[in-house]
Amino acid sequence: MEITAKNVKKWSTVGARPTFGMTMVELAKTNPNMIVLTADVSTSAGLERYKKMFPEQFIDVGIAEQNMMGIATALSKEGYCVVTTTFAPFQSMRCLEQIRVNQGYMGLPVIMVGLSSGLYHCYLGNTHCCFEDAAILRSIPNIAVVTPADGAEIVKTFEYAVNYHKSIYVRLIEGKNLPIIYKEDFSFSIGKANILREGQDIVILANGTMVAQALTAADILQERGISCKVIDFHTIKPLDTELLDSVIDYPLLITIEEHSVIGGLGSAVAEYMIQKRRKPRQLFMGIQDFYPHSSDYETVLKQCGLTAKQIAEKIVSEIGE
Amino acid sequence: MACGRRNVVLDEKTINKISEFAFHMRKHALTMSYASGNHAVHFGGGMSVIDILAVLYAEILKLDRENPVWEDRDRFIMSKGHGVIGYYAALAEVGYIPLEELKKFEQENSYLMGHPVYTPKYGIEFTNGSLGMGVSLGIGTALSAKKKGKNYKTYILIGDGEADEGSIWEAAMSAVQFQLDNLCVIIDRNRLQLGGDTEEIMAHGDLRKKYEIFGWNSYEVNGHNVKELCHVFHEIPVNKKPSIIIANTIKGKGFHFSENNNSWHHAVMTESQYEAALKELEDSYYGNNSKKC
Repeated sequence: MEITAKNVKKWSTVGARPTFGMTMVELAKTNPNMIVLTADVSTSAGLERYKKMFPEQFIDVGIAEQNMMGIATALSKEGYCVVTTTFAPFQSMRCLEQIRVNQGYMGLPVIMVGLSSGLYHCYLGNTHCCFEDAAILRSIPNIAVVTPADGAEIVKTFEYAVNYHKSIYVRLIEGKNLPIIYKEDFSFSIGKANILREGQDIVILANGTMVAQALTAADILQERGISCKVIDFHTIKPLDTELLDSVIDYPLLITIEEHSVIGGLGSAVAEYMIQKRRKPRQLFMGIQDFYPHSSDYETVLKQCGLTAKQIAEKIVSEIGE
Repeated sequence: MACGRRNVVLDEKTINKISEFAFHMRKHALTMSYASGNHAVHFGGGMSVIDILAVLYAEILKLDRENPVWEDRDRFIMSKGHGVIGYYAALAEVGYIPLEELKKFEQENSYLMGHPVYTPKYGIEFTNGSLGMGVSLGIGTALSAKKKGKNYKTYILIGDGEADEGSIWEAAMSAVQFQLDNLCVIIDRNRLQLGGDTEEIMAHGDLRKKYEIFGWNSYEVNGHNVKELCHVFHEIPVNKKPSIIIANTIKGKGFHFSENNNSWHHAVMTESQYEAALKELEDSYYGNNSKKC
């Protein structure tokens, strides 16, 4: 799909899930061996049009995620390019052991899409939020974990994924109106982070919705005389170690994610950096090992200290210490 | 209602062929049990499935003995991965697993681990061992056959203890929903699981009736009677419904020390036990065959 100003605006307006659905429609046009499976969330996943256009390439298993992953695995083995989707907690945890055995141990590729990951569903309660998924799936061999930052990156992720031939878990995080990070075509590879802004004083690695917050925080910090390098670290596995090697001389590295600080982007970066002789100090920003109180998305972000303003304040206080 | 896949009259020669296949499988299973040494072996559940697997691999499954990944082969899934010595024995007897490899069972660098691991060259279709996953895999292969217009069938062997798993029942509903008349599940109904009697631990009651209510064609046979097993496989109709065969079996079947003895669920086989078992097996097989003569 072409990254035009019109498309970028459309993806931002419709949000992550409809953008995913539209991408599936476009990919199915040129991939007759693609099959999308869902556990009763075709409407929520933006797949209604796909379902009508490609009924033979669509399977709804009902609310039965374990069964979905078994069926998906066998279809993959029989030569299909298989995509599975349901809300992130159910895609990542309800069927976790199936994923471990089938995609991890056996290595049979499936593109797994965790819808509405992060805090977006906070008003529904934490059963429908998901900030543990990247940590859990990252620990399983043979699975890449990707968190796109905007509509264009969602499109790029799936265009890349259908030719990747390995399993991928895609965390689809969404806020109110998807932010726009990429306004024109850009290079995207799983495992290769994108530098969005150069800066000399500190380096920020963010993914998903936190990329937009990090860029705004960088603007605030610039006004206060702090120059930030900002990187869209969309893939936490495989880790872009080349890029990490290039930032070891910064005095402070900040990881920001709409995910638990345990096991996600921050942990993945720290696991690598801690082994280096020379390394920056690292500040972990994310959800601090608690279940936020139910509220609207913006309020919950504030509870977690993840708005651009809070991020900038935290960084200033860290530098001041 | 359309007919089953083949109308085969079972002659004595066919029955003898399968019995001989099962005899060799039991010998292979003993070889592996002894080879496992102190790692121990899932013996009881491995022996209860031997006759079912002998009927499948010697008579029912459409296979190419020269090519384990032949595209049109019937798919067999050993969901009950704990019955692995039966499974490897069948694959060895077909010629997919070299007999020498059986002596490396559960040993360092062997392909033959204590639960089956996806190995296409040996005819092992999927990794199994974590219970409750195989029927969903089978639904995937059966759906693929329908989508591609292939006429291969999918057979899945599960244990009755395994039927405690909720995923078994998710799969049971969807096989009916997708009208998979190219799918057949066999339940090794030996009535013993790790902790004891299946009916005391989590009663299944009338499994045949349960599956019927779910919308399956259901059958019940003696899982050690080669004739009954052959007939039931040939009987399966093509009527837009999946089929279930409740195969009543004896855990540890074939040896006086292990039959219905749950201490042989997972146990170490010593050299003297191995020799005694081999003698009992040969005496029984050759004794029976000489009576026939």
